[in-house]
Amino acid sequence: MANRGIERKKSSAGIAKLAGFLVLMVCGMLPAGASALDIKKHEAQNGTVVLQVERHNLPVVMVTLLLTASPLDEPPGKAGVAYLTSQLLTEGTARRSAADISEEIDFLGASLDTSTTSDFTTLSLSVLKKDVEKGFDLFADILLNPAFKEEELVRKKELIKGALRQKEEDPSFVAERAFIKEVFGSHPYGRLVEGSIESVEGITRGDVAAFYRRHYLPGNAILSVVGDLTPQELDLLMGKYLAGWQGKYPAGGAAAVSSEARYPRYHGMKTVIIDKDVTQANIVFGNVAISRENPDYYAASVMNYILGGGGFASRLMRVVRDERGLTYGISSAFIANKEPGQFEVGVQTKNESAGAVIEEILKQIGRIQTEPVTDQELADAKAYLTGSFPRRIETSRKIADFLTAVQFYHLGDDYIEKYPGYINGVTKEDVLRVAKKYLTPENSVLVIVGNKALLHLPQFQLPQDVQQLRSRELPRS
Amino acid sequence: MSKRISLFILLSLLVPLYAIAASPTSSIREYTLKNGMKALLVEDHKTPLVTLQVWYKVGSVDEPIGKTGMSHLLEHMMFKGTPRYGSKEFSSIIQRNGGTDNAYTTREYTVYFQSIASDRAGIPISLESDRMSNLLLDPREIVSERSVVMEERRMRYEDDPQNLLHEEVTAMAFNAHPYRWPVIGWMSDIASIEREQLYPYYKKYYSPDNAFIVIAGDITPDTVLPQLEKSFGTIPRAEAPRPEASTKEQKQQGEKRVIMKKEAVELPYILIAYHVPPFPHKDNYALDVLSSILSGGKSSRLYRDLVYEKRMAISAFTDYSSFYRDPFLFVLGATAAPGKEIETVEKELYAEIRGIAGEPPSDREVQKAKNNIEASFIFAQDSNYMKAQYAGMFEMMGGWRLMDAYLEGIKKVTPAEVQAVAKRYFSDDNKTVGILLPLEKQ
Repeated sequence: MANRGIERKKSSAGIAKLAGFLVLMVCGMLPAGASALDIKKHEAQNGTVVLQVERHNLPVVMVTLLLTASPLDEPPGKAGVAYLTSQLLTEGTARRSAADISEEIDFLGASLDTSTTSDFTTLSLSVLKKDVEKGFDLFADILLNPAFKEEELVRKKELIKGALRQKEEDPSFVAERAFIKEVFGSHPYGRLVEGSIESVEGITRGDVAAFYRRHYLPGNAILSVVGDLTPQELDLLMGKYLAGWQGKYPAGGAAAVSSEARYPRYHGMKTVIIDKDVTQANIVFGNVAISRENPDYYAASVMNYILGGGGFASRLMRVVRDERGLTYGISSAFIANKEPGQFEVGVQTKNESAGAVIEEILKQIGRIQTEPVTDQELADAKAYLTGSFPRRIETSRKIADFLTAVQFYHLGDDYIEKYPGYINGVTKEDVLRVAKKYLTPENSVLVIVGNKALLHLPQFQLPQDVQQLRSRELPRS
Repeated sequence: MSKRISLFILLSLLVPLYAIAASPTSSIREYTLKNGMKALLVEDHKTPLVTLQVWYKVGSVDEPIGKTGMSHLLEHMMFKGTPRYGSKEFSSIIQRNGGTDNAYTTREYTVYFQSIASDRAGIPISLESDRMSNLLLDPREIVSERSVVMEERRMRYEDDPQNLLHEEVTAMAFNAHPYRWPVIGWMSDIASIEREQLYPYYKKYYSPDNAFIVIAGDITPDTVLPQLEKSFGTIPRAEAPRPEASTKEQKQQGEKRVIMKKEAVELPYILIAYHVPPFPHKDNYALDVLSSILSGGKSSRLYRDLVYEKRMAISAFTDYSSFYRDPFLFVLGATAAPGKEIETVEKELYAEIRGIAGEPPSDREVQKAKNNIEASFIFAQDSNYMKAQYAGMFEMMGGWRLMDAYLEGIKKVTPAEVQAVAKRYFSDDNKTVGILLPLEKQ
């Protein structure tokens, strides 16, 4: 039965509704203050911000360490070095081989995982309380003493390249990759976190070691520990295992040119069609939108819930799935990152109905840009966004990941308490305003992966009212 | 985009052997409503949240030939309205209250669930009981939802070569048993399902005597039981007990093999499936441990040998659950590394099986598997959804109290028993092999 940790494929027939909705908003959209947490926060002597929540309902401890190490930090030509570095942490240290590490972790029934997103890398430990000492030892060892052996580097590069090959079988992967490339151009958000088969090939052991030295530093790290552990116990563990970790890289070392200036601009819909022998067209449509720290994030969250983020409560789902039966799932999202990310709508439909679905998306975007949403829609969106908060921090694992993200995106120590106010303060006018401002079909990207011979795409009409309206406004800076 | 629920279920089957905690069933309480419907309550007051699940004893095994996919289509239709609540109002009401809801269908059962603030538990209770007996099944909505399911099938199978191979291998492994068709149904069958089949199917299986409720979270019997009595408790019984599947699969008489070639395929992929007995057969425990030894984590045998040391595969796995009423499948699989032949991978998978059959695994390997199963269970206890899931799974297999027996069974597995099940079931005559290969573009 359960086999954790190994990538596998599983047929999962028979799920009525789709989940993806509300994967929107990378981090953050984690509302409401009903169950505020008792979060203890301090800065360790090495500069790491430490966040702790005690929970003694189960004998488990969850640890998340967030490192400011992502594609945003990669040197030119080294796409994928952030991901590769994190993947190599568990593949050997000064005193443990890769096999030792996996054997020790698996024997505890624990897990020790790394992941890299567009903005950061995390290192996560999930361990039973009785094994917390062993878990911390391993956690600290892979963080502080990775060996980056040549042999492991070669092996890991092969695995990453193989996985990238295999993903080519998935049309939605191909569509999304093409989409971000057009939206972000040469900016790091325009490529896969894994890099490409070619870029991974060119990464050397020296590149990895240099990236590690420069970015795996405590002064730029956030640690959260949630579960059956007291602050005293945590102090002892940190003193014993993390005391030797020192360093911080200078602030403001990031790009001198603002990201948006580096993003491409289009006049109209930049359309990319990728011909494949598939039964469904995979469609991604959208544009550059907002960063996580943009104050309009909350109004955009409400607007997006109504348009396509709210699952069956959203307009796109209601029209395209429920009324017209054209898809199993359609959703929209704002990917709000450290630098401006994208707004996107994703959908699959049989090749023949691709044109009709795209027309409907444009129509719904035009509508939300020109007509105020109804009172009921606004109230429903707010009720969901604020009311679903406690579920988003139900488990210790979810809390640990939540806390590091809140800290990373500077959402404030009182974010949990303030979130409902941010959402409830959004007005119909705000919804209209952000729809006009951040949905920009006149400067957008449309990607279709489908069977070209069957697509029959019409000439798409961009929402006219908004175009006229926008032409009277000053151009966006 | 899809919620990979089956993986979820898989993870949920893990087993506790935890010394500290009392029996994992100690927080489960069973109640019987006045119409005989069973409700399981799992109290946990750590957060003001609750998960409600309604389990129906109906799945694709209950479908007639020619109408495969009916259980799953019916599950979709459960969101399409009653006289009281219009199409999709169910989800809108739940979401308006900060909750989330969904459902899934398997070969043997169908589950609906909501997670919501515990002071609003009455809302999903009232909505679920309403659609248990008052579903509209509007013919126009059926036509529209059929096309939604056909899109779902295209997405999950037609355009996903590895999933398509899973479907082929399962279909080929069974000559007679209804396990052979996919839960989502064959495309032409989906297209042909009408109200005249769906409505009697709904009336027969969606009744309080063919379903049970599980509620986990911040609730007490005092508050929730009166709500259950008032809603579910007043629905009349159908008195149409689910029939046993009369068709039993005969012993497989020789190796079966399917080779599928597709232009979309980048890397060769293999599945090897063996028939194995269902829970609560005594061999299940050893098969569970074996599955973990073969593919639990990066220290497992398949990863270590095929992926790490020999570098012939980029992934290797087992897929096994004993939670079926009739014998189902133990599957081994792998994706070949670029440039490697699938024949080499296949041979290596057999070598792994011979390794276990020839020599019992070490005590440490068996202990590691047990530790893994135990720890996964404990981690899962943090979530109301998973707690409800455990209780529901065992209840579906004959009674939630079986969870204790199951845990005991796992605890007792010896290396010799693991060796014995590898010998007993992993024979050539008992296997179905599926291979996926790239087709050179014309």
